[in-house]
Amino acid sequence: MTFRSFVVALAVTAGFAGAAQAQTKLTIGFSQIGSESGWRAAETKVGKIEAQKRGIDFRISDAQQKQENQIKAIRSFVAQGVDAIFVAPVVATGWDSVLKEAKEAKIPVVLLDRSIDTRDDSLYLTAVTSDTVHEGRVAGEWLLKQTGGTCNVVELQGTVGSSPAINRKKGFDEVVAKNPGLKIIRTQSGDFTRAKGKEVMESFIKAEGGGRNICAVYAHNDDMAIGAIQAVKEAGLKPGKDILVVSIDAVPDIFKAMADGEANATVELTPNMAGPAFDALMAYKKDGKVPPKWIQTESKLYLPDTAKAEYERRKDLY
Amino acid sequence: MTGPADTPPLLRIEGLVKRFPGVLALDHVDFTLRAGEVHGLLGENGAGKSTLIKTLTGVHPRDAGTIRMDGAEIAPRDVADAQRLRIGTVYQEVNLLPNLSVAQNLFLGREPMRFGFVDGRAMRRAAREIMRGYGLDLDPATPLGQFSVAVQQIVAIARAVDLSARVLILDEPTASLDAQEVAQLFATMRLLKARGIGIVFITHFLDQVYAVCDRITVLRNGRLVGERAIADLPRLELVSMMLGRELAEEERQTARAAPPSGGPPLVAFKGYGRRGYLEPFDLEIRAGEVVGVAGLLGSGRTETAKLAFGAERAGTGAVAVAGTAARLRSPRDAARLGFGYCPEDRKTEGIVGELSVRENIVLALQARRGWLAPLPRREQDEIVARFVRLLDIRAADTERPIQTLSGGNQQKALLARWLATEPRFLILDEPTRGIDVGAHAEIIRLINRLRANGLALMVISSELEEIVAYSRRVVVLRDRRHVAELDGEVSVERIMTAIAASA
Amino acid sequence: MPMPAGLTPSRSLPQIAALVVVLLANWMVFPDFFQVRLQDGRLFGSVIDVLNRGAPVALLALGMTLVIATRGVDLSVGAVMAIAGATAATLTASGHGLGVVVPAALGVGLVCGLWNGLLVAVLEIQPIVATLILMVAGRGIAQLITEGQIVTFVSPALAAIGSGSLLAVPMPVVICLGMLLLTALLVRGTALGLMIEATGLNRLASFYSGVDTRAVGILVYVWCGLCAAVAGLIVTADIRGADANNAGLWLELDAILAVVVGGTSLFGGRFSLVLSVVGALIIQAMNTGILLSGLKPEFNLIVKALVVLAVLLLQSPALGMPRLRLPVVRARRTRP
Repeated sequence: MTFRSFVVALAVTAGFAGAAQAQTKLTIGFSQIGSESGWRAAETKVGKIEAQKRGIDFRISDAQQKQENQIKAIRSFVAQGVDAIFVAPVVATGWDSVLKEAKEAKIPVVLLDRSIDTRDDSLYLTAVTSDTVHEGRVAGEWLLKQTGGTCNVVELQGTVGSSPAINRKKGFDEVVAKNPGLKIIRTQSGDFTRAKGKEVMESFIKAEGGGRNICAVYAHNDDMAIGAIQAVKEAGLKPGKDILVVSIDAVPDIFKAMADGEANATVELTPNMAGPAFDALMAYKKDGKVPPKWIQTESKLYLPDTAKAEYERRKDLY
Repeated sequence: MTGPADTPPLLRIEGLVKRFPGVLALDHVDFTLRAGEVHGLLGENGAGKSTLIKTLTGVHPRDAGTIRMDGAEIAPRDVADAQRLRIGTVYQEVNLLPNLSVAQNLFLGREPMRFGFVDGRAMRRAAREIMRGYGLDLDPATPLGQFSVAVQQIVAIARAVDLSARVLILDEPTASLDAQEVAQLFATMRLLKARGIGIVFITHFLDQVYAVCDRITVLRNGRLVGERAIADLPRLELVSMMLGRELAEEERQTARAAPPSGGPPLVAFKGYGRRGYLEPFDLEIRAGEVVGVAGLLGSGRTETAKLAFGAERAGTGAVAVAGTAARLRSPRDAARLGFGYCPEDRKTEGIVGELSVRENIVLALQARRGWLAPLPRREQDEIVARFVRLLDIRAADTERPIQTLSGGNQQKALLARWLATEPRFLILDEPTRGIDVGAHAEIIRLINRLRANGLALMVISSELEEIVAYSRRVVVLRDRRHVAELDGEVSVERIMTAIAASA
Repeated sequence: MPMPAGLTPSRSLPQIAALVVVLLANWMVFPDFFQVRLQDGRLFGSVIDVLNRGAPVALLALGMTLVIATRGVDLSVGAVMAIAGATAATLTASGHGLGVVVPAALGVGLVCGLWNGLLVAVLEIQPIVATLILMVAGRGIAQLITEGQIVTFVSPALAAIGSGSLLAVPMPVVICLGMLLLTALLVRGTALGLMIEATGLNRLASFYSGVDTRAVGILVYVWCGLCAAVAGLIVTADIRGADANNAGLWLELDAILAVVVGGTSLFGGRFSLVLSVVGALIIQAMNTGILLSGLKPEFNLIVKALVVLAVLLLQSPALGMPRLRLPVVRARRTRP
């Protein structure tokens, strides 16, 4: 735990003590998946900050990637009688019975950043997620505009079968389908990691005439893009110029690369899922205003012009 | 005593031949079993006893020869078929189901039925009756596994006999029994003998042969050595039948051997033992002396060896080597003190089967030097060549895995492993077990030679004849306790008396 | 240097054959596979990629070979890679030089190995369970060190370990060769190899022969930890960052596979370091080939499994071996 997160925790605890006196204060339990990535850690951190802003008692339970831990956490939140429960579901199925328990206890449930498969969508109030198909589309449209519609693209996919990998490919493919000049000449999985991103890009460069045939690389996340940038450099080419780099997530390191001119664009997957969820929930509690079933976060495109400032803004969040 | 030889033969095997690839396991063997006798089938490991039984009961098809029962030729196809032909077999490992009750085991596959259901009450009643016939009053509803191995064996025998056996084959039934259990088993055998059943009894224990057998047949290297009535067969002659003439010659040599020289003992154990493992013992062994260790199986022989070598840690007592107190907490300590140990269970505790003969021979010396001081290959080859010559180790190629050697050559290689460390004190646990007859005599000769060269040796053996062939002093054990130390003119009879006196 | 024991033609034939077949298959799907040129003073080409990318698994396989030869297994190597990488990146990010970073990362690996060795050789816990502890906890430790983020650093010196070169040969390949020689020296230049094989084949008999089986047990895990730390250092240096979640993930399985493909039995005993490295190269050649082939990523695992199956069948005593071994045995017999 860093000193800062300790302070945040202290502040939350202090808020907790205050809550006992002022009954109006909301108590919300959050079953987080874990801290498997920088983005996930940022989501938790931003959640705490957003809660603090609104004076909410935000209780976080780390499930360490296990659904059974999440189910336990939800039951425990129900037993504690919290005002609402946030869940970032680790898998899509198997939630019905525990969410029914929450519903019977009249505790609204908000899904964060991922959705679930259920026939009964009254089991949750709303889902705050990004539109991962849209993210792919934004990346594709940027590339279309940047290259004037003619470009041989190599694609670094996420983990085979994962929903962000499927959807980010789908959105990008939509743009490709409408523009015959835009071609995906190679596509492979880089498992969302830097090391694999680099390894796959190395083979792409060799397979495509030392990289001469490649106009751009589209990576399903920034980490793979950062790995690919290194591979491009080691092949004696200039990333960002000889080969354009566009990716998704907007983690701090990609802004650094953009500031150095080695990456060209990133689409943000905001870690601020809790903020919109808090707002929807407070409106619901106060005025009974029922939010839509899906609150879509913005998929904002960032370019090198703001890279330096964005890096400074984000580097402590992740 | 009416000789069973007068009764007509129950079972007669003539000219039995069994070939395995490359081996003639049975070479025209004859065997005759009379009704109402206990007939010992004897021989060293590999002599062909098990093959004879398995060929008789149809486990192995025979290549030639006839089997007659009451004069009529029979040809059992398998054990079940043999059972139908009234030949029952009980193995060392009881082949019953320990989680079923005694009654269920007795009647397995032939349960008394009533209205289409198993009649449990009738079955238990009959089982109780049967077991009473063997002098055992036990609850037939108890799972078999809760009884001792001896009782389980008697149940197995009872089942075999109750399936109307007239020939009962007992294949090393006493190997895992203690003395009391053996007595119980022998009582059962005598009972069955009185009922006219012919019993074939396979054992490695000579004293058991004399205790229960009427006649014996000895096999050696797949050939019949002879059939004799036990009453007029001296032990030494029996051993000679089993081992050939060499051993008897060895013994004469020993008789001439000089007694060990005086002076301080090389190794002295004082109050050495561990609770629940072996009662504390005192033992002194001089250079140029072989101390024999005798006792029945499970009496603490191997335990003595393991404590003396540091393979097991002693709880009490002290050890002094050449008059100085020594630390002996592991085999490494022992090796450093100049001790060596050839364990009884050669395969799991002795050889490293897949390593080459060379590697096995240099292992202990290399371990003592430490891994940072590797023996140069040339030196290894010299050592190996020397011992192959000295001990006459027959290996086609010393780079081949040691497991490809015969038991006797493996044993010699293990001896070489320790002799290469130039030891002062060697502990040999059953050095002649499971090896062929020729190697047997060689090892005994070797033990005498090592002693003559000034080594101190502790040799454990269940073959008393063997012990007297090389030791002038014998420690006798019973119930994990050293009960006697015989000195001077040690004979088989004296050792037997010592074992018996304490039993 | 004498030929390592166990590396006889009959034993190494299937592995070498498999490597050649996989390389040829790569050449068929990608004709420029063997093309090598110099790029910024560094060899550059697909076949170089196989060596370079294969280095971490080959390093793991070196340590794993010794562990498996003692009839053990070390599931924690992937996690140890992550810990060592996290240590190196965090120290570098806070301004320490190579003189501190490398010894610290290797030291962490040694400590991890010592922990495993103590659990297995002293407390006599089953290796698979004992090393599972660090496999699970290790990644957590690495996350604690990096605080759950990818710790990046700017250090040309450290980065050179991952992507630099010596005489045009990529640094990971140089390091891997160095470790191969060092390990070979450790086990074949001394009597340790014999002790390891004896212990693995028959621990009790070795113990009764005076072999310090406990020390042998500890030593192999310590060495395995060291190899894992070197691999972790390379991976971290290569991507200029420590990814606690993904560094070395599942590589323990590739390492075990490399050792098995290299012909060392999981039941311990005879081992060959060179063949384990060949095993690692077979796996990497396969990976690189799949990437070059343009096959859909969904097929990656299936192709890999099929090739591994083929190699193992080739080695199976029940199938391929007798035919491959026969001429060799005959040749030996006719020797006077």
